[in-house]
Order: sequence, then structure tokens, then C-alpha cells
Amino acid sequence: MTAATLDHGPSRDNGLDLKAGGRWTAVHARTLEPLIDAASHTGKPGQGEVRRVVFDASQVEQLDTYGAWLIERTLRIWKSRGAETELVGLQASYRNLFEKVRAGQQKLTPLKYKQTGLVATFESVGRTMMAVTTDLTTIFQMAGQLVVAFLSVCAHPRRFRITSMVNHLERVCWHAVPIILLITFLIGAIIAQQGIFHFRTFGADIYVVDMVGVLVLRELGVLIVCIMIAGRSGSAYTAELGSMKMREEVDALRTMGFDPIEVLVLPRILALMIAVPILTFLGSMAALYGGGLVAWLYGGIDPKIFMSRLHESINGQTFAVGMIKAPFMALIIGLVACMEGMQVKGSAESLGAKTTDSVVKSIFLVIVIDGLFAVFFASVGI
Amino acid sequence: MPTRSEDAVIKVRDLVVDFASRRVLNGVNLDLKRGEILGFVGASGAGKSVLTRTIIGLLPMQQGSIEVLGVELSKASQAERQAVDRRWGVLFQQGALFSSLTSGKNVEFPIREYLRLSPKLTTEIAISKLEMVGLKPDVYRNYPSELSGGMIKRVALARALALDPEILFLDEPTSGLDPISAAEFDHLLLTLQETLGISVFMVTHDLDSLHRTCDRIAVLSEGKIVEVGNMDVMLASQHPWLKEYFHGERAHTDFQVAIKGRRVTEKRA
Repeated sequence: MTAATLDHGPSRDNGLDLKAGGRWTAVHARTLEPLIDAASHTGKPGQGEVRRVVFDASQVEQLDTYGAWLIERTLRIWKSRGAETELVGLQASYRNLFEKVRAGQQKLTPLKYKQTGLVATFESVGRTMMAVTTDLTTIFQMAGQLVVAFLSVCAHPRRFRITSMVNHLERVCWHAVPIILLITFLIGAIIAQQGIFHFRTFGADIYVVDMVGVLVLRELGVLIVCIMIAGRSGSAYTAELGSMKMREEVDALRTMGFDPIEVLVLPRILALMIAVPILTFLGSMAALYGGGLVAWLYGGIDPKIFMSRLHESINGQTFAVGMIKAPFMALIIGLVACMEGMQVKGSAESLGAKTTDSVVKSIFLVIVIDGLFAVFFASVGI
Repeated sequence: MPTRSEDAVIKVRDLVVDFASRRVLNGVNLDLKRGEILGFVGASGAGKSVLTRTIIGLLPMQQGSIEVLGVELSKASQAERQAVDRRWGVLFQQGALFSSLTSGKNVEFPIREYLRLSPKLTTEIAISKLEMVGLKPDVYRNYPSELSGGMIKRVALARALALDPEILFLDEPTSGLDPISAAEFDHLLLTLQETLGISVFMVTHDLDSLHRTCDRIAVLSEGKIVEVGNMDVMLASQHPWLKEYFHGERAHTDFQVAIKGRRVTEKRA
């Protein structure tokens, strides 16, 4: 295999002779590039300008688009410097290829001027703020559409997609039970262990039961479940709806006269609103069980004592405070997930970005809602 | 013209492939000769895509052998495989452009990975390829989601041609294009064959495209190649499916175009 070569030397009357040889192909393009650069920097100012460049391609054994472009590039460099150029000796069989490559304009329209510095910072802050506003509007819009869809389904119960809802219920509730039980069990156990470890110094071990009971039933049970569900089911909703949007399935539904909100979003969100309270209940029980187990094995608190203490420290209200939050949080997770899914554009990247957004935003909003509930319950004195 | 020797760049022998627990290909023998455009037809679901995907290595085969550019693929080492991968280009039916990259970066992708040229030259080559397939240089900056179906096919073709391959696989390149764009595509294919001496393996349902561009046509039916030859062989064939295909209702409506198309083919030869 002969490598590609390019020799250059001056000729009469301020001319330059370029002599190419070997294989001018893709694999040799890397070695050819510096050769061309070298050949383009010959005519030094002192020796007078190069007026005429003759490119002799008669020794070229093989040529592909890479080689053709490299020849054309060399010629263009000299042409732009005002030299006359000529290509000689190119094999007839490569002429077509060369002409095809030569026809290219290679001109990109210049990019628009981009702001930098202070202005750009303000601009990006402004854009982010606008995006937040748009997001909020879209969530309310989605909520409104959902209410309309719900009411119209109430008016025509036959239109409700019960199969779809049961299917989603199986996926977000039934399939999530093992992982939710495991996580909440561990969280309950960890809280009890930490509590016993620190309360022991004051001799207040027994108050661990109060702490575990109140913490789990009022706050942690529902929060842990919601965070898990946002990551597990919210992301799945966004990805499903997003890829349906990408493949125009949503548009197809719309053209057949179906409301995508009613067909796709409503069953999903209702399934979540049923699933999250169930999972919260199961999760809270698992956390109490974990806490009780650790209190017994690690803290030496007998299960009977644990139970009676728990009975004194909590009541139905404590339990209700946790449970009442669950459907609202499910609604928020579902709304955010479906909204993000519906906003997916054509690319795989946008699907990924929206799925991430969905999880981050829904966890953030779940915690915000939890805070609002805390303020509300405090002011009504529960 | 680049030399058109009669040697085969792809040799498929006694190929047996099961797909979804069903025997789709049962003893396929097929050659792709150097520098020819081979049209590949068959009823929907006959296994055209399965054969294409088996040759390019996306599906496993049960029996038989596939030899591409002198390399027996089932016995080749990883490095030999990769060397072959560089020498073919594949145009998928939907384009399969990377949606997170601009058209230009899509075309540059194989160039950057395999050739390691300077960024400037890489960009120049990518733009040159885009212009070769009949696009404006500015398409370089567009994302696939901003392009029309025909443009996506062209960008995908530019990407398939990025490394100046010797073999080009086309999976229904003209499907979803309007007749004018399809004709332009055919013309483009002929130009590429002439200028680059490329061998083309084209799965298509487009009768015009078959008339206009293909040197030979292979027909797949019931897991076997039932007929191979030029258009005259196809028209004369007594195989029932072929008779329906080339003399059916659709074929007759396109008759005028077909005759014109054949003239182009004859002129080239």
C-alpha cells in the first residue's frame, strides 16, 4: 500500500507546482492535512507572490470524497489569495467525483451574535423566571382540564377507562408494595435506633415510642412513599406520555375525537390517588413494625409496653393527618408527571430532560405541600 | 468509471434465520456484485428486513455463511468485524439519526470516531457530504426534529456515506417521500454509484425506483430467493407473486413512468 504524498516546488514566473501521488483516501486524510498546510505556506512575501498554481494529480492512484475535497481545498486556498489555479492529470474516472465535491459551496451563514457578560446573566435569570411562571400556569391548566375531564366522565360513566385505571393501579400500587414496605420498615428501624441511642443518656428511652409514632404517622410515612412514587411511577408516566407524544400517538388520539386528558391522564392520576393512600397506610405500618422491632431487640422495650405506649401517644387524629395528605400529594405528582410528559419534543434528549424535571419538580412540590399542610394543621390546632 | 469487476462484495450462502420463534429465512443464497445496485423485493413480512439485519449483524443466524468483502462474518474476530463495519454504510428506514445531535454532528460522528481528523477538516467533510446529498450547508446546524422526512433521509444518507463506504444498505429509502423527492433520491443514488463506485443493497417497494436504479433485482418469497435478474427477467417471470407484483394494478398505473425509467437505465448501460 502506498501512502499519500504531496510534493511542492516553485516553477517559472512566480508559479508553484504541486504534485500529488499515492492514495488520496479517507484513511490517509490525516497524513495529508499537514502536507497541504505546508504546501499552502510556501510563497513567502520576500520572494514575490505566487501567481499560478498547478496541481498535478496524475500520480494519484486512488481517490475518494476525502481526497477530492482535500484537492479542492488546496485549490480554494490559493484562489482566495488571488492565484490562478489549474488541476491537471486527474484520471477521467475520478472527474465525476471531483466535480460533485467541487460543486459544494461550504458556506454557513454566520451565527447570530450572542450576548455575553452581565446582560446575558440577566437574560438567563429572566428566562428562568418566565419558565417558572409558564410551568405554574401549565400545571393549573392541566388541573383544570383534568377537572373538566373528570366531570364529563361523571356525566357519562361509560366513557371512563376502568381497565386502563386498574392496569395502572396494578403497576403503581401492587408492584410497588414490596419496595415500599422494605424502605419504610428500614426507615422506622433507623429512627427507633437513633432515638434510643440518644434518649438513653437522659433515661428517656420510652419516649422513642412517641417519637416513632408521631413522626411516622404524621410526616415520614407519607413523605417517603411520595418520594418513592415520584421516582418510580411519576418518571414512568412522563416517559410513557413523552414517547407517545414523540411518536404522534397523542395527536392520533386527538384526531379520532378523543381527549388525551380523559383517555391518558385521568386514569393515571386516579390510579395514583388511590395507590398513594394505600401505600402510605402500608408504609406507616411497616415503619411502626420496624421501629417496634428495634425498640424490642436493641432498646429492650417489650412489644406489649410498646403497644400500650403507642396507644397513649397517638390517636386517630395523628393517623388522619398523615392519610389526608396522601391523595393531594398523589394529585401533584400525577399532574407534574403528565404535564412534563405532554411537553416532550422530538428528541431523545428532551425525553430524558423532561423525565428528570418531572421527578425533581414533583418531589419539590410534595415537600412544599407538606409544609403548607403543617402550617394549616398548626393553625387549626391539630 | 471505477472498475466493475464481477466479484461479489457480499456472498450469502444457505442462510437460515429464525425470528420470533418462526423460521423466516430458509436457505437463502444471494450475491451482491461490486458496483451494482441490487433491488430487493418481497411481500411485507417476507423477511427482507430480517435478511438485511442479519447481514449487518443485528440478528443472529442459525445456519449458513455470510461473507462480506472477503471476511466470513461468523468466524471474524472483533477487530476484523470492526474493519468491515467501517466499509459499509446503513440507511435505516426512519433515518435513525441521533436526535440529540445536529445533522452536522450526526454526519461527523463516524468520521470523528474512526479517522481523527482536525475539527476543521471534519466539519468541511461533513458539509461536503451534506451538499453531495443535495442539502444546503445550513442544515448542518439543524436538529433532526427540525427537519422534514425527506431531509432526514438525506442527512441519514450523508451519515451512511460519511466514511466513503464500499457497500451501502438502504432500507426502503424512498418510502414516505413524495414522487419528486423519490425521483431525486434515485437520481442521487445513480450519481453516487457512478462517482464513488458504491455497491448498493436496497430493500424497496417502489416500482419506479426499481425501474430507474436497479441493475439486478432479487425476490424473496417463503424464506427463499425465488428469482434474481434484471427487469426483463422480472417481467417475464411466471412466479405468481411476481406476476401480481409487476403486472398488478399499481404497476400499470405507473407504466409510463416505468418506461421512462427504463430508458434512463439503458442510457447508463
